[in-house]
Amino acid sequence: MKENLVIDVSDLPGYAFGHRSVMWWGTLGIMVIEGTMFAVMIGIYFYLRGRVPDWPPNSAPPELRYGIANTLVLVASVIPNVWYQRAAEREDLKKVQIGLLISLAFAVAFIVLRFYEFTTLNCHWTNNAYGSAVWTLMGLHTTHLITDFIDSVVLTALMFTNLVEGKRFSDVSENAFYWYFVVITWLPIFVVIYLVPRWI
Amino acid sequence: MTPTEEATRTADAERDETPNDERERRQLEETWKEPGGFFGWFRCVHHTTIGRRFIITAFIFFLLGGVEAVMIRIQLARPENRFLGPDLYNQIFTMHGSTMMFLFAVPVMEALGVYLVPLMVGTRNIAFPRLNAFGYYVYLFGGIFLYTMFLLNTGPDNGWFNYVPLSGPEYAPGKRSDTWAQMITFTELSALVVAVELIVTIFKLRAPGMSLNRIPLFVWAILVISFMIIFAMPTIALASTCLILDRLITTQFFNPAEGGDVLLWQHLFWFFGHPEVYIIFIPATGIVSSILPVFCRRKVFGYTALVLSLVSTGFIGFGLWLHHMFATNLPKVGQSFFTAASMMIAIPTGVQIFCWIATLWGGRLRFKTPLLFVLGFFLNFIIGGLSGVMVASVSLDQQVHDTFFVVAHLHYVLIGGAVFPLFAGFYYWFPKFTGRMLSEGLGRWVFALFMIGFNLTFFPMHQLGLKGMPRRVYTYLPEMGWGGLNLLSSIGGLIIAVSVLLFVIDVFRSLRAGELAGDNPWEADTLEWATSSPPPAYNFARLPTVAGRAALWDRREDQPIIKGVRSDLREMLVTNVLDAEPDHKTVLPSPTIWPFLSAVAVTGLFIGSIFTPWAVPVGAIPVAIALVGWFWPNRQEHEEELSAERDGRPPQEVEA
Repeated sequence: MKENLVIDVSDLPGYAFGHRSVMWWGTLGIMVIEGTMFAVMIGIYFYLRGRVPDWPPNSAPPELRYGIANTLVLVASVIPNVWYQRAAEREDLKKVQIGLLISLAFAVAFIVLRFYEFTTLNCHWTNNAYGSAVWTLMGLHTTHLITDFIDSVVLTALMFTNLVEGKRFSDVSENAFYWYFVVITWLPIFVVIYLVPRWI
Repeated sequence: MTPTEEATRTADAERDETPNDERERRQLEETWKEPGGFFGWFRCVHHTTIGRRFIITAFIFFLLGGVEAVMIRIQLARPENRFLGPDLYNQIFTMHGSTMMFLFAVPVMEALGVYLVPLMVGTRNIAFPRLNAFGYYVYLFGGIFLYTMFLLNTGPDNGWFNYVPLSGPEYAPGKRSDTWAQMITFTELSALVVAVELIVTIFKLRAPGMSLNRIPLFVWAILVISFMIIFAMPTIALASTCLILDRLITTQFFNPAEGGDVLLWQHLFWFFGHPEVYIIFIPATGIVSSILPVFCRRKVFGYTALVLSLVSTGFIGFGLWLHHMFATNLPKVGQSFFTAASMMIAIPTGVQIFCWIATLWGGRLRFKTPLLFVLGFFLNFIIGGLSGVMVASVSLDQQVHDTFFVVAHLHYVLIGGAVFPLFAGFYYWFPKFTGRMLSEGLGRWVFALFMIGFNLTFFPMHQLGLKGMPRRVYTYLPEMGWGGLNLLSSIGGLIIAVSVLLFVIDVFRSLRAGELAGDNPWEADTLEWATSSPPPAYNFARLPTVAGRAALWDRREDQPIIKGVRSDLREMLVTNVLDAEPDHKTVLPSPTIWPFLSAVAVTGLFIGSIFTPWAVPVGAIPVAIALVGWFWPNRQEHEEELSAERDGRPPQEVEA
């Protein structure tokens, strides 16, 4: 009987970035689940649109100013995220800490503006199915925003402790990756909530 | 070399170990061992521990659903029976359907995946072990919640698809409908997190050499259904949320008076509900494709065709939901499209069946119990498939819609198509799970009684349906002439019950006194058989590599083994997606109580929120605390991670 060959993996890295890492795939899985949920909710919105002659029924569309302001904040927040993600991949702790804090500031601004958005939707969920769909869609996006915010706060706090290891930088990179998803999903939701009632 | 010689040689190689190996084995034992004691039970994270609990829990729900089925059959055995009243009957058939679909069929398939996939791909644990434990507890609590509510006379009573407006605020006061909707939230959350873990395990943790075109067919099946779960389950979770919102805070989704729509519920339900059928059926075909080659002593015929069939079934499964709604006022063009799609899905299923027949044709068959159940599957499933092609046609469907014909069809597809292969799988993998064989003699009785009982129960229902007996009626008048066939059907139901009882008795007998199985009693070809039965907590003492589709039969004499994965840490090898080449290593988290506590917190939030909307913001606080506790590393974990990272090169130096 021949001796077994040996594949020696002892010097392979103990963590990895991007699509090589297990966590990246897990994050992607969560994104697909949430993305499907948003897509179905938008589907419900358009399905209900087909049931009534006027859209929105007997009310004005949501006011644009906070919606537009928030979209600008969200798009701008990509910049600090890209910055700290690159720093994370070079394992530059100082820049990562600063970048995470700036990104958190953007998220806080967004959540504050979101509160004002809710006050200017010009509809209520109990009035009609249109209101129900608008509030639920906004509610879903806000829930996902707040959970990601809390998640980022915990990660940021962790980066200021002495528990930082290589894998944490990979986690930071995934955090930015997830934030891009938050930004990208908002854009079609913005179009649906604010522009569709004006167009159709 | 024949498979038999190969298996013997493997066993020899395993015994042939040096003192060094022995030391390493003890080290692995120490590193991976699951916590003991009462509190330890809640901290376990290994996929075999959680997978075993998952399978047992799902089987208990199968027994409960079965008891409900027997009660239904007793009630319908003769006209104007007074065994169950109409109200209890409604709850019982709803509980039966919901239990079988949401608490048994999908979870048991995922559970098999949780137990078997990491072994089949040759790794030491599932990708996110804590999430896996969390998924199990959420499922368990969802099931306990449903049955507690049922015992409090608040069991759901609108059928397993809970149509509005019957389930809406106007026609379903009380909490019964909310019980159903929230049970959905529990089970879907569990199914979704498990699906993500399984996908990542299959993509990133395969043994070197197991490129995409060598993944075992059962693993392919689990991969396909995990993707289907990810795309189908959010729909039902959202639909049930909308229903709860309508009932709790007066949204208007399903209220036609305020611009809502009742058919919206049916669209959302069946956009999930039809893929659900394939989520149950596809793993069953994976079981068949795993068992057939072993009992035919040859490799499976048409591996590529089988994989493509699984994948295309997964896609087409999403294009069929409207055929559940042919009796609504949908446009004719839409109906024709869905008729075509419903017939088209017979093509990949047909391809699979012909591949299996070809495998049987060229094989040397060993008629053990697993193969008997597979052969039973062929017969029963083909009958179910044929009645499926019949109801895919709009005109025929409108004739038999909501009659016992549909009940017969769905049971032929689900019991014939999924439970028969599942029992084949139980007999096949039981030795791996427990180290002991089930009785071959009793197994034949279980099979024969199940086969006879099943056909006796459900075949007459075709006829009852054609004679006009609607489903879900709690009784009928003697003048209808349905009494004889119903009695026959009820007798069949009791025979199935006897068969399942025999199986349970055999399980308990075998656990105490069953014949010892050894590593690979069936001389099978996949990697789960390359370790002891039951597997140790580290799965494999030497991480395996793979040289062909039938990992053990194709093993070369000098098949490489992996060195350099630490045995003093829970370290695992991560490989790349396409070719499974070694990429990096990762240290998996250790046992912890936090997934259990998180599941408790989530349960509090879910149950509270059917009573008051304030349960959501208030309940979110303990959930957040539990999740932070879960993610926050402790000093020891940090030291271990650092020590593992110091071994390797920095990832930036390695080309992606």
